[in-house]
Amino acid sequence: MRTSTKVTRRTKLVDADVLIIGGGMAACGAAFEARHWGRNLRIVMVDKAGTDRSGAVAAGLAAANTFMGIKWGENTPEDFVKYCRNDLMGILREDLVYDIGRHVDSSVHLFEEWGLPIWKDKTTGKYFREGRWQVMIDGESYKPIVAEAAKKSLTALYEYIMVTHLLTDANDPDRIAGAVGFGQHDGTFYVFRANAVIVAAAGATRIFRTRSTGEGHGRSWYPPSASGSSYGLMIPIGAEMTCMENRLVVGRFKDVYNPVGMVFLLLKAKATNAYGHEYEQSHVKEQRELYGKYVESKPFPTCLRNDSLRREAVAGRAPIYLHLEEALKKNEPIRNVQGLELPGSPQDRLQKLWGYFLGMNPSAAVYSAAANADYAVQPAEMMTTEPYVMGSHATMSGAWASGPSDVLDGTAPEYNWGHNRMTTIKGLFGAGDAIGACPHKFSSGAHAEGRIAGKSAVQYVIENQQDEPSLDMDHVKQLKEEIFHPLDVYKDGKAYSTKDYISPDYLLPTHGLFRLEKLMDEYAGGWSTWYTSNEELLKIGLDKLERLKEDLPYLGASDGHDLLRCWELRHRVWTAEAVVKHSLYRKETRWPGYFYRSDYPKLDDENWRCFVNSKYNPKTQEWNIFSRPYEQVVME
Amino acid sequence: MPAYVVSYKCVGCGDCVTACPQSIIHIDPGNRKAFNIEPDMCWECFPCVKVCEQKAVEIRGYSDFSPLGGQVTLDRDTKSNVITWFIRYKNGKEYKFTYPIRTTQWGSIKPAHEYAAPSPEALKTHLLLGEPSIFGLDHLPVPVRKTSKER
Repeated sequence: MRTSTKVTRRTKLVDADVLIIGGGMAACGAAFEARHWGRNLRIVMVDKAGTDRSGAVAAGLAAANTFMGIKWGENTPEDFVKYCRNDLMGILREDLVYDIGRHVDSSVHLFEEWGLPIWKDKTTGKYFREGRWQVMIDGESYKPIVAEAAKKSLTALYEYIMVTHLLTDANDPDRIAGAVGFGQHDGTFYVFRANAVIVAAAGATRIFRTRSTGEGHGRSWYPPSASGSSYGLMIPIGAEMTCMENRLVVGRFKDVYNPVGMVFLLLKAKATNAYGHEYEQSHVKEQRELYGKYVESKPFPTCLRNDSLRREAVAGRAPIYLHLEEALKKNEPIRNVQGLELPGSPQDRLQKLWGYFLGMNPSAAVYSAAANADYAVQPAEMMTTEPYVMGSHATMSGAWASGPSDVLDGTAPEYNWGHNRMTTIKGLFGAGDAIGACPHKFSSGAHAEGRIAGKSAVQYVIENQQDEPSLDMDHVKQLKEEIFHPLDVYKDGKAYSTKDYISPDYLLPTHGLFRLEKLMDEYAGGWSTWYTSNEELLKIGLDKLERLKEDLPYLGASDGHDLLRCWELRHRVWTAEAVVKHSLYRKETRWPGYFYRSDYPKLDDENWRCFVNSKYNPKTQEWNIFSRPYEQVVME
Repeated sequence: MPAYVVSYKCVGCGDCVTACPQSIIHIDPGNRKAFNIEPDMCWECFPCVKVCEQKAVEIRGYSDFSPLGGQVTLDRDTKSNVITWFIRYKNGKEYKFTYPIRTTQWGSIKPAHEYAAPSPEALKTHLLLGEPSIFGLDHLPVPVRKTSKER
């Protein structure tokens, strides 16, 4: 036994009206809002970790990246749709993005009321912006503050539970009925029965091989806890997915992945190649030929910024330098996009820069201190990360959801079939990384989307109160066996070998994880190929994924911790399979810098300005991949 | 390694176990002290460091790209609501920075059910709690949109 945690396998049944799976920004928003509208309902949340620090905001955040400023007439939801549409190269659900734009401010104003320190201009009271869409915060305690509001509003909170499967109704496979999972600390088997379920269980890291190795595997830019559970839960019961080919790569400080927003937007640091040339706009001619009008977008789209960096590195002009040493030397006020000013002596600049790093990525300080990397003295190296699969940053993988009924107003039935943010499974809602084609939510937008889903779920429950879903208890029993099976596999298999870490009878979860990362990296466009693949490679990747799936029943777990990793791996494999299938279907290069189809190197608006969607059929175990049309809400 | 636990300081209370978002801090059944069971799943996100009253949890940089040496420690004070960070470089250089963490008392947030109960009619709208007055409007924005036929 490596750990003192136990696996008891006792069964606990929990009834809920609204079950929220997850515990991050989106889940906390859902909990708070669902309680407001459903005063007498049982609102239950189940989180894989402790809610005070769970999710991508674990270390804090130094900016709330989505805020319109409607109160001060700064931006409209229409402006936001246009910005996101350009950044995502012409594809997104405008109805969903508009909806985030009109609701996100109310979440940020609530955060301020709750006690989140937001930088403000003393005379006007306006929030101080980092860039056009971001407001600066002292956000070390962002997550515990938001968690406090959620926790107080819930009927019950179950922490340290790994939810493994969603359950559909015994008589209707297209209706949600609950979920099952197990407690990490005591191995209790949990059966949740719920009329409505909101999935807000993060996107995925470690689908693709990380650039760092050994201990550095954990220094993915997005947290290791993000195991693709939003997708691994929804895909197997047949929820329609969208944009799973739209993986995310971001340009960050090399290795430590410090954020760069303030560095570029406020401190106005320059990025150059090895020879001191500011390279970002120096490939526009080639980019224009391949990717068309989107190259002229202002600001320059996130994926194209990566593309420029990639071109420099491939041409042998790395390292790419971030010249903070110049930006930190200046002795003049720091002026932002609103024309507001902050004191800007070298000391002020250093204090603000470190607040920015420490408030969301303290790992930056650990590295700098050990490596004597003082940004006030020397430039930092910049590099693009490994790819991630998520739905809340400059990316949009997730479930295909019903939009707000007042935005598309019945003119697009494929966009609207039920309550806002309901998936194609009746009663199953999503928020944050779980909802696709709705990018640039970030922390504040994810919270707002959680609130939208929370209210919708209450509307749904009240309509269906006389009609409770029923569980197929035989299926639940079968799942219980399946969930704890890796413990038995390990026990049976370890006797054959003199050491338990290698056996011909099982794969430990780390073995399976490395296999997944390697095949995705080499065949599906990871960093080692500079994010490039083609039909042949993707097909081999799919075949290798099949072989990995055949081995998943032979996952072995030595203890409860391994068991957690086994089920996270399964969610990652579902996510990876969707990524490869979607990538095969889209025969163009829509988001260079994120992914290149070398056999279709151009962006092709004529044939591919549409969504690539998929649906897995749990009965036949077959995937159906298809396209959905683009609907414009906001004119150019 | 990234987070590790200082043997003589740890009292085995388990606060870091419940704080860790990556589920990697466990209690050793032998000596009843905390340990990092999976250093390569550590994000160096610091909740374990912040929660430990004994200051027994520290971070050593990722071995594949970070040299040995240097130290980052902190004091997070939930009474005066500030955090102070101490960065000591390997070459002896030191930085100390203090930032606010919260403007209200911990535990002071009003839960959703303490707001005035909404009407059944309001449930049917697209408005969320506090809207639209919370962002200074008297209505929720709706896009001006041409119909499919006009486009």
